Amino acid sequence: MLEHLDRLIRKTGHAGIDAIWRLGYAGKFMFLTLIGSGTSFRRFHLTIREIYFTGVRSLIIIVVSGLFVGMVLGLQGYETLQRYGASSSLGVMVALALVRELGPVVAALLFASRAGSAITAEIGLMKATEQLSAMEMMAVDPISRVVAPRFWSGVISMPLLAAIFNTMGIFGGYLIGVVLIGVDEGSFWSQMQAGVDLRYDIMNGVIKSFVFGIAVTAIAVFEGYDSPPTAEGVSSATTRTVVTSSLSVLILDFVLTSFMFRGA
Amino acid sequence: MAAYSLGNIVQSANFVEIRNLNFTYDTRPILKGIDMDIHKGQVVAIMGGSGCGKTTLLRLIGGQIRPTGGHVRFDGEIIHELDRDALYETRRKMGMLFQFGALFTDLSVFDNVAFQMREHTDLPEAIIRDLVLMKLDAVGLRGARDLMPNHLSGGMARRVALARTIALDPMLIMYDEPFTGLDPISLGVIGNLIRKLNDALGATSIVVTHDVQESFQIVDYVYFISEGVVVAHGTPEDMYASSVPFVHQFIHGEIDGPVPFHYPALPYPEDLFLERSHA
Amino acid sequence: MERTTLDLWVGIFIAAGIGAILLLALKVGNMSSFNGSNTYQIYAYFDNIGGLKQRAPIKSAGVVVGRVAAIALDPKQYKARVTFNLDRQYQFSKDSTASILTSGLLGEQYIGIETGAEDAMLKPGDTLAFTQSAVVLEKLIGQFIFNKAGSGNHN
Repeated sequence: MLEHLDRLIRKTGHAGIDAIWRLGYAGKFMFLTLIGSGTSFRRFHLTIREIYFTGVRSLIIIVVSGLFVGMVLGLQGYETLQRYGASSSLGVMVALALVRELGPVVAALLFASRAGSAITAEIGLMKATEQLSAMEMMAVDPISRVVAPRFWSGVISMPLLAAIFNTMGIFGGYLIGVVLIGVDEGSFWSQMQAGVDLRYDIMNGVIKSFVFGIAVTAIAVFEGYDSPPTAEGVSSATTRTVVTSSLSVLILDFVLTSFMFRGA
Repeated sequence: MAAYSLGNIVQSANFVEIRNLNFTYDTRPILKGIDMDIHKGQVVAIMGGSGCGKTTLLRLIGGQIRPTGGHVRFDGEIIHELDRDALYETRRKMGMLFQFGALFTDLSVFDNVAFQMREHTDLPEAIIRDLVLMKLDAVGLRGARDLMPNHLSGGMARRVALARTIALDPMLIMYDEPFTGLDPISLGVIGNLIRKLNDALGATSIVVTHDVQESFQIVDYVYFISEGVVVAHGTPEDMYASSVPFVHQFIHGEIDGPVPFHYPALPYPEDLFLERSHA
Repeated sequence: MERTTLDLWVGIFIAAGIGAILLLALKVGNMSSFNGSNTYQIYAYFDNIGGLKQRAPIKSAGVVVGRVAAIALDPKQYKARVTFNLDRQYQFSKDSTASILTSGLLGEQYIGIETGAEDAMLKPGDTLAFTQSAVVLEKLIGQFIFNKAGSGNHN
């Protein structure tokens, strides 16, 4: 019994020390990535190439999901609002829900599973097949040549994807609300414009998606770089990327929301 | 018999000098006091069973890991004492061919070979093109320049990787198991290229391998490593005649010897269930 | 560096993303956030602000002319001190009245400003003299019932 407890305490301690070790290693890795970022901007075509894989390749899923999320918001919003005779507020409800919360969060979750996992798998495979070692032996720093461009491509793509998601969502809400149900088009747009503030709502939404972009790609590149160089290692690192970055997005969203939209 | 003696080697021309090199991974010692001297222009083979630390040795020479004791001196400089920039500068004088080529899978054959030229030089694209084609021609794959690495056979990939390794004419070329997983024809081609390129470039080569037949035809000198120490070294002829039990077992491919067939275990009858259930 | 179709796609993507942000900014949001440099602040004291919130609109004749910047309780008078952010292009006379109104029966509360007759205009930092507090529904209902009861007694 005592022995059992002893083993449990040891195990917990080990796991704790390991986690802190890993955190420090991740911190050092992010520091090196930022230091080595010069190449990503001096030779911007490296980053452009990665924006293609992270941003452009995520467009379809973002556009389609945005449209459908907006359509669902239109349906559900109308259902609730018309009980209070406030169906003309449908526009502002859809827009605020998207711009403040759903746009940045859902786009980031989709981005994590679409682009984040791909980044982890790619870097992990490059490590497993010794491509990163080979690069090091060619006197080329893999962090500035491989990691940094992928990191910045994610940071640049995420706010753009979230904005496209929002636009598609509002369009979806418009399709359902105005075209299908027949809410007055004028009040749909005018209430939206009156109720959504540029700085307060839209800028904060953009800032959110920017922060999520940093979090998701930082986790993705780190998990890839840190993955054990085996097939299982890469696949479990990919899973970890999706899980960890999704959780981080949701937690960060709560933290940011409580800072940004307090007392209004 | 040259085992355990280094006295007969001329000290002045040491291009790579390894002294009392130790490396411990976690708590497991991998290398336990290695001494080696490699001269300019030589092709040297480092042989030993799988997992005896040969690849670790190459990584130590390339400065990818730090020794826990001793040093590697390359071209007059002690590798693990260099700072990052100096290490990267030194690595430009080295080339390393990885076990399975380690070609960049997202770049074409041409771009793979051009990689270092684009990273390290400001040469105009026209000159890079000519240089790349020259390197590819040297390995006989000028016609494969537009293929992607996943369309290459194992032997071709190894040759492209070789062309990439020699892209900037390194002074030291290291080969990590260059013969693994190749058919006999590719095997001969790679072996031949290693010797030819070494002499043509005036380089020095270190070949880590366990392929006796192929490597003994092309190398000048052989080091045998077992359990983290050098057990024998000399010319291939010396090695054929060697009476060191490990070398004898290794060269002739005998099943049992200093390297036992059985992994350490309980005595056989004790280990079987039968015995105990009958007792 | 030669141009490739990949560059084209990335170009389209970035243009679409920036376009989406601009669309959100221009079509969805309102540029006038009334907290930049082209606003001025005035103050007003209310006995009761009801459900007035920070950032609630300030309207004159139904046109939004500013927003509520801050709400605080004045510890000496026990009145609510409300800070208005007003658009510089709108000037109001010194004897303007600010009242807390409700849009619709259950709608949000906002501040309505009616300008007075005086020629002197409010300057930044001034305090409005005339205010009208929020109508609190519970009090209204209470009064109504009280009156009913009172009139019932008479009959």
